[in-house]
Amino acid sequence: MAAVLESLLREEVSVAAVVRWIAHSTRGSEDNPGEAAALSSLRPLRKEFVPFLLNFLREQSSRVLPQGPPTPAKAPGASAALPGRPGGPSRGSRGARSQLFPPTEAASTAAEAPLARRGGRRRGPGPARERGGRGLEEGVSGENLPGAGGRRLRGSGSPSRPSLTLSDPPNLSNLEEFPPVGSVPPGPAGRTKPSRRINPTPVSEERSLSKPKTCFTSPPISCVPSSQPSALDTSPWGLGLPPGCRSLQEEREMLRKERSKQLQQSPTPTCPTPELGSPLPSRAGSLTDEPADPARVSSRQRLELVALVYSSCIAENLVPNLFLELFFVFQLLTARRMVTAKDSDPELSPGVLDSLESPLFQSIHDCVFFAVQVLECHFQVLSNLDKGTLKLLAENERLLCFSPALQGRLRAAYEGSVAKVSLAMPPSAQAVSFQPETDNRANFSSDRAFHTFKKQRDVFYEVLREWEDHHEEPGWDFEKGLGSRIRAMMGQLSAACSHSHFVRLFQKQLLQMCQSPGGAGGTVLGEAPDVLSMLGADKLGRLWRLQERLMAPQSSGGPCPPPTFPGCQGFFRDFILSASSFQFNQHLMDSLSLKIRELNGLALPQHEPSDEDGESDVDWQGERRQFAVVLLSLRLLAKFLGFVAFLPYRGPEPPPTGELQDSILALRSQVPPVLDVRTLLQRGLQARRAVLTVPWLVEFLSFADHVVPLLDYYRDIFILLLRLHRSLVLSQESEGKMCFLNKLLLLAVLGWLFQIPTVPEDLFFLEEGPSDAFEVDTVAPEHGLDAAPVVDQQLLYTCCPYIGELRKLLALWVSGSSGRSGGFMRKITPTTTTGLGAQPSQTSQGLQARLAQAFFHNQPPSLRRTVEFVAERIGSNCVKHIKATLVADLVRQAESLLQEQLVTQGEEGGDPAQLLEILCSQLCPHGAQALALGREFCQRKSPGAVQALLPEETPAAVLSSAENIAVGLATEKACAWLSANITALIRREVKAAVSRTLRAQGPEPAARGERRGCSRACEHHAPLPSHLISEIKDVLSLAVGPRDPDEGVSPEHLEQLLGQLGQTLRCRQFLCPPAEQHLAKCSVELASLLVADQIPILGPPAQYRLERGQARRLLHMLLSLWKEDFQGPVPLQLLLSPRNVGLLADTRPREWDLLLFLLRELVEKGLMGRMEIEACLGSLHQAQWPGDFAEELATLSNLFLAEPPLPEPQLRACELVQPNRGTVLAQS
Amino acid sequence: MILTKAQYEEIAQCLVSVPPTRQSLRKLKQRFPSQSQATLLSIFSQEYQKHIKRTHAKHHTSEAIESYYQRKTEYLKGKCAFLEIRRSANRYLNGVVKNGAAPVLLDLANEVDYAPSLMARLILERFLQEHEETAPSKSVINSMLRDPSQIPDGVLANQVYQCIVNDCCYGPLVDCIKHAIGHEHEVLLRDLLLEKNLSFLDEDQLRAKGYDKTPDFILQVPVAVEGHIIHWIESKASFGDECSHHAYLHDQFWSYWNRFGPGLVIYWYGFIQELDCNRERGILLKACFPTNIVTLCHSLA
Repeated sequence: MAAVLESLLREEVSVAAVVRWIAHSTRGSEDNPGEAAALSSLRPLRKEFVPFLLNFLREQSSRVLPQGPPTPAKAPGASAALPGRPGGPSRGSRGARSQLFPPTEAASTAAEAPLARRGGRRRGPGPARERGGRGLEEGVSGENLPGAGGRRLRGSGSPSRPSLTLSDPPNLSNLEEFPPVGSVPPGPAGRTKPSRRINPTPVSEERSLSKPKTCFTSPPISCVPSSQPSALDTSPWGLGLPPGCRSLQEEREMLRKERSKQLQQSPTPTCPTPELGSPLPSRAGSLTDEPADPARVSSRQRLELVALVYSSCIAENLVPNLFLELFFVFQLLTARRMVTAKDSDPELSPGVLDSLESPLFQSIHDCVFFAVQVLECHFQVLSNLDKGTLKLLAENERLLCFSPALQGRLRAAYEGSVAKVSLAMPPSAQAVSFQPETDNRANFSSDRAFHTFKKQRDVFYEVLREWEDHHEEPGWDFEKGLGSRIRAMMGQLSAACSHSHFVRLFQKQLLQMCQSPGGAGGTVLGEAPDVLSMLGADKLGRLWRLQERLMAPQSSGGPCPPPTFPGCQGFFRDFILSASSFQFNQHLMDSLSLKIRELNGLALPQHEPSDEDGESDVDWQGERRQFAVVLLSLRLLAKFLGFVAFLPYRGPEPPPTGELQDSILALRSQVPPVLDVRTLLQRGLQARRAVLTVPWLVEFLSFADHVVPLLDYYRDIFILLLRLHRSLVLSQESEGKMCFLNKLLLLAVLGWLFQIPTVPEDLFFLEEGPSDAFEVDTVAPEHGLDAAPVVDQQLLYTCCPYIGELRKLLALWVSGSSGRSGGFMRKITPTTTTGLGAQPSQTSQGLQARLAQAFFHNQPPSLRRTVEFVAERIGSNCVKHIKATLVADLVRQAESLLQEQLVTQGEEGGDPAQLLEILCSQLCPHGAQALALGREFCQRKSPGAVQALLPEETPAAVLSSAENIAVGLATEKACAWLSANITALIRREVKAAVSRTLRAQGPEPAARGERRGCSRACEHHAPLPSHLISEIKDVLSLAVGPRDPDEGVSPEHLEQLLGQLGQTLRCRQFLCPPAEQHLAKCSVELASLLVADQIPILGPPAQYRLERGQARRLLHMLLSLWKEDFQGPVPLQLLLSPRNVGLLADTRPREWDLLLFLLRELVEKGLMGRMEIEACLGSLHQAQWPGDFAEELATLSNLFLAEPPLPEPQLRACELVQPNRGTVLAQS
Repeated sequence: MILTKAQYEEIAQCLVSVPPTRQSLRKLKQRFPSQSQATLLSIFSQEYQKHIKRTHAKHHTSEAIESYYQRKTEYLKGKCAFLEIRRSANRYLNGVVKNGAAPVLLDLANEVDYAPSLMARLILERFLQEHEETAPSKSVINSMLRDPSQIPDGVLANQVYQCIVNDCCYGPLVDCIKHAIGHEHEVLLRDLLLEKNLSFLDEDQLRAKGYDKTPDFILQVPVAVEGHIIHWIESKASFGDECSHHAYLHDQFWSYWNRFGPGLVIYWYGFIQELDCNRERGILLKACFPTNIVTLCHSLA
């Protein structure tokens, strides 16, 4: 490897040739023969070149960046393809992305033998190794630390020393170690196989179990002082190491920090929000910047060459992660100072400056020069970063100093950029709305299930609110706080159908809360646009902007963060974990898979390059938003699907190896995938929809366990993805190919995926991949989604927040050495997204459908959406229309038929089930009309809707075609539904009507009685019923006592009260049946008290009794109220209840005249029948009374009965003589 | 009518073990003339109910019931003479008062600090147990309480009736008044909504559609009140104190939020100011129909 680089440096081969050599194994026709010869001899090593180069650069820079900002966590390291290496050492780590580059196929090449031999030897036991092993085991965690821990440690562990080589007999057949004649005399280092890198394994609990020796692929042979294992630079290129600035103690401290950080990062319920990205404060303060000067760059040419090779590798996607390399370059650009190499390599010969033996970066100047060289090659990528990053880049004084031209281009790019990006999270939860169509009783198997779900919905939100309130509090624990409640709730979900209801709620809520950071209004796919965003979008936008300012920029944990569940997603993850319900998980996976399929297959609009005017641009904004919403939803769903699907296979234990692994593989390969992602990917690639499919697939795969990539099924997927990755060369842009930002998005997500610890290290470089092999034979449309500019910076940064690390790096540089990663100002531009229309349905089939498709092909996409939308809505409305007309008519018929039945069959009416059958057999045949009616409805309604929605200049022919298609689609939709469901619908409605009628037949006939409302002129000023009941109650309580001596009522008050009662009863606006019933009862009680003269009257003691005439007047009022105003039944028989009549017993002298008067009036007014009164009087005799009272009662009874029913005038007369008779009675 | 917590507590303080009678209410009104009567009554009623809930169990031990029943029986029988004297004395004093029956049960309830209506129910249950073999059903008891004429014993019937009309916190009459008040305010709210041209679905319509939780009104087009979005309105014809508000939140308001989004609760008789703390979360409290309602402009839509 080094030989390649060296021959390059010696200008024996051109950069282009090298890159061609790497990228395309065999094609070398353009190369000159010399180059070809030089390189072809090195062919077997081709695949090792890139990892070597990356490791080389990292190593070279380690002196510059020991204390810099967060380093790329998963830095590439040259492979050590040691056969039999037991598993990938770093695979066990979950959260940390610290593995190095993998062993390549070198092991199978010519170079294998010596290499392996040497490796084997090196792996032999030795004191140094043992020491190193321990040191590493403890120190590996530094890899993931912000600051240069990882790099430094890597250095410490990668000490392939010349001494080692010397101990080996030179292998002259090794072309790597002995390049062809003419090359530089192989120095000691030159002969060495470049350092085998340690696989620094981040520490996690499970690591403590694994064997330390698996960490090594190349033990330090040259003795390193054991107290300072990292102090010596043992790199073959010298100077790769910082001085031993850290003691073991310090490392342990870092280790502890790292451990706790990993605990926080690991996606388990025990982790609170990760605190990421802040450099160690202890180091931040001591930095002093070294100025960089272009004039002081050493060996420009060499740097230029390396930069060119490096850039070319990046450009050809030969590196796994574009943004990681950019991050690295930015680090070089913003390096603060060079660590002085105290102990420069003693074996370094200072004379050989143009070989690799001298350090590549000898000063800050070199670093910056190199960085700027690389950046110049990647201006296109840079110019597509967000505006904030561009600004910081353009303002970077080093950049200005080293390349004014680049700076100028960047400034121009900044000024022209509109790519403002905001990553503020939308505000808190909004509940999923209740939808009767899916949520009402009819959708549940039983009342119990319905009510259980009702409760569960409330518990779910209660838990959610509690989480919102507490999850940020230190010490709060999800499982402890909510776990048992969640499980109790899940325990109630007995019926399978309830599970699906709950899962639907869960999934909708998930989408609603987590789908779009930065999307104002939180519009949910498939839901109506939120009114919030329409109403106060501006205000809300400002609020969020403010919020965003207040919050420190979210750090996503370096340029390669592990998959996490930020924000609200954490709730859903923890909920799944705490619920630990396999039924729930299964239903959730089903539901997620379904939704993913649905969204992935959504017909998203395609860009028409021809339409470039402003109008279509407005349209295009909408399309782009729609794409973003769909993509983000898909990613979210896929992430959770991956999480749940692989949950059973993920554990803290290290990945299995050997036989165990084989048996697991055999077993797992039998298990069908939860969702056929391979097919979806293949189809996506074919249909040129990679930009939609790949990002969610990456989310799904990021949760795969260690075994998954080894399964054939998934291996195919990875290979497809790798090929895709290689094919996405940013510089190749052409009509019909993928857009730049689309590519950038895919590169970013794929690069991120390749860094996931569970993705095998060897995967990326293993694949023999000339990218041109990846030409999917497409029968796809000319312009697939990939060719449409659907991705913008907002979406890119939303999907890949880690790209924002670049900006942080630059901002950190600007902010000086303060080292606060959140302290810089940010340009804030919330982009508002509003909802998208309903999802078009895809029902078209047959020739007509194909014709329709063809028709749409040359029309603007909005036309198609309009037609589909209209068809969908009209079709749906048609069903509702049929329900409201035809079905409602049938129900009315059913009701009248039922009434007839009831009349003929008498009160009982027969068995309801039987009745229903009879009715249905009569009515259901009428359902056949539904189709004709439906067709008619669609024909009538659709054209108007299409007309209204299409622009006016739409040509008549197009318009009428569109109308016809809309009519057809709507009819198809409606008729399909109707023909399948109309009978069931009629049945259901009739059944409901029957049970309604039968219920109404039952008790409470009074409630059914027709009620008179108040007159039109009524202004509803009558006293309120509650007030009257309360007033009358007071009078009653005064009357029955106990009372104070000064308590009583005035006759006027009583009169007024009854007057008000009349008003209230006549108004009825506020009157409800129970109130009327009580008023009726109270009025009867009041009458009884009047009759018994029990109402305490206010006034001078002499007047404590109500005047007879007054009493009679009041009774008259009451009679009139009963007769005229009460609409419900009045319990007049209570007047003759033993209790009320008994009131008379207390009065002395007893006066019966009022009672008699009342009874007569009741009869006269037809309020009570004579017989009824007689019966009451009769039953009164049965009660026990004092002797004299019983006698008097008998007299009254006789008196009343003796009177013949007289015509009115005589009754009047009778009334006139009443007092006398009363007196007589009283005196008797 | 919106009280601070301190104001509310001052009122509540005055209500500790005050019997639920007309007289108590009158005194309360005199003590806090600036507060509306309805508010005071509502607070009184709620405080008393809290008190009863706390002490309810104590009155429902079989020993307690037995002792009440015995005392009542003794009063009505053995101590008749004493009662006669008292009655005469009363008569003498008042010169006018003619009590149909001495308030034995009512006095007993006040004496042991229990709601008269509930005491009446207790005794009635016990009485029926004694006179009928089977334990009386709840509906029979309720029916007798609603209409004491159905009680087989005339004396007891009078006693029960007296308890019921004198209890201003419990009993069928009070229940009916509360229900009527609730209904009236719903009607009032409906009128106001109609007047403002806000279209809505009411509880009955929602129930017919199969909604599992039904606020009084769901607005078909949401509005904004004081910057808060309102999807639904719930009318509460009572004072919103901590206890009832939390119960309502748990049983109703959050459930509405869970289904329909943010909404408005009108506590017509006021509430404790501090409880209006979920505005941002989507539950707004008001003590009257809001005056500044922002509706969706059709030009925007």
